[in-house]
Amino acid sequence: MTSSITLSAQHLTRHHGKLCVVDDVSLELRRGEVLGLLGHNGAGKSTTLQMLAGALPPGSGHIDICDFDLARQAGLAKACIGFLPEHPPLYRDMRVDDYLLFAARLHHVPEKHLAEYLALAKQRCGLSDCGQKLIGTLSKGYQQRTGIAQAIIHQPPVVILDEPTVGLDPAQIRDIRALIRALGDSSSVILSTHLLHEVENICDRAVILQQGKVIFSGSIEELRRHSDIESSFIRLTAAQPEEIQP
Amino acid sequence: MKRTLARKEFRSLFAAPSTWWMLALLQLIFAWFFLARLDDYLQVQAQLAQMGNAPGATISIAAPLSGVLALVLMMLIPLFTMRLIAEERRNQTWILLATAPLTAADIVLGKYLGLLAALTIIVATCALMMAALALGTHADFGLIASNLMGVWLLAASYAALGLYFSSLTRQPVAAAFGALAVSFGLWLLELSSAPLRALSPNVHFQALNMGLVSTADLVYFALFITAFLLLAMRRIRRERGGR
Repeated sequence: MTSSITLSAQHLTRHHGKLCVVDDVSLELRRGEVLGLLGHNGAGKSTTLQMLAGALPPGSGHIDICDFDLARQAGLAKACIGFLPEHPPLYRDMRVDDYLLFAARLHHVPEKHLAEYLALAKQRCGLSDCGQKLIGTLSKGYQQRTGIAQAIIHQPPVVILDEPTVGLDPAQIRDIRALIRALGDSSSVILSTHLLHEVENICDRAVILQQGKVIFSGSIEELRRHSDIESSFIRLTAAQPEEIQP
Repeated sequence: MKRTLARKEFRSLFAAPSTWWMLALLQLIFAWFFLARLDDYLQVQAQLAQMGNAPGATISIAAPLSGVLALVLMMLIPLFTMRLIAEERRNQTWILLATAPLTAADIVLGKYLGLLAALTIIVATCALMMAALALGTHADFGLIASNLMGVWLLAASYAALGLYFSSLTRQPVAAAFGALAVSFGLWLLELSSAPLRALSPNVHFQALNMGLVSTADLVYFALFITAFLLLAMRRIRRERGGR
């Protein structure tokens, strides 16, 4: 726990049948850093994040979370992760409070801290008034917030968010981005998105995936250095000759 | 961990209106059957009184009632077990459990215990009905207890079987049909000859149904339950890439 690297993934690969979805991806995440995983649809972002969160076993490669091996010390490593998948894993027939407490207990939050953690997570995600509501009756934006609250309630050192701002209105997007920035102060955050300006606004570093391969990895400044960020993204992703841009 | 999961399963089972409907319907079926048997018994009671070693009220009413309960539970339990894992996969909530610091044993046992608590309640409501016999006659509580134990063990076995089928697929309906088909097949094994016959849970239930508690039957149920729970754990461990 002393090292400043909270998440380290080496040479991850994953095949779906014959198709190689993730090809030799290596990532590192430091404490207090927000990393943006950028790429087109189908570039392998979600698959990569699922492997990092321990939902999918990698075909090959090695993942360390807070110095715990995700394959061998799964329990210890997973306790350090908060994960929001692409589709928030919500039980529609539960109340928000019950659901968040359930998520907290699953992640070994001690009974005496439950109320405090619950209040903090709800406050950070703007859910303070929704505790008694059924999740199924919430709007898409509030469901997404509940999903994020579930990922951060146990105050994990590593937070993995798969497209956290999808389906939110502009004001909510602003709130969530502020929240992610704030999370970046205490934890490390890795998030995926296909929106460039999102990465530019909230991330310290960016990794661009294209057909399962890392084609760019560096700070936002480096990405910016190739003139304007938008054109550099397009230039980078268009560099692959076999890629046919629609 | 297991307790957290078990409590959540139990609560979400009783949060669903369909569970209450099923419980109500079950009570209706049992009450109807109970009263029908009671009626039959009262009609032949005069003749029975002249017999030397006549069957009592308990064996004429409570024992057949347990038989019906066993059959109904066989058909009903797959509907409960399909929710446990297959439906979570389809609703994409499974990933919450898969990425939480839980072992396969935590997940399987937690869910199993939650369901078992709910099934215990079903058996207990039926037990009350049988105990009502004591209001009118001298009920044989030993026989009632062995019957309830049999029903409970049978329910626990079908729950373990259903949980295993639930762990195999992401289609709840496929999980329910698979479990039902195998339970039905095991039930039919009762009609076959000696070595195969011993595999049928029903054969072992029948001894308890008659009031005979034998270690062999108890060991059979324990093995049946353990085997399917271990298979379910193995399946989940495999899926997560472990050995």
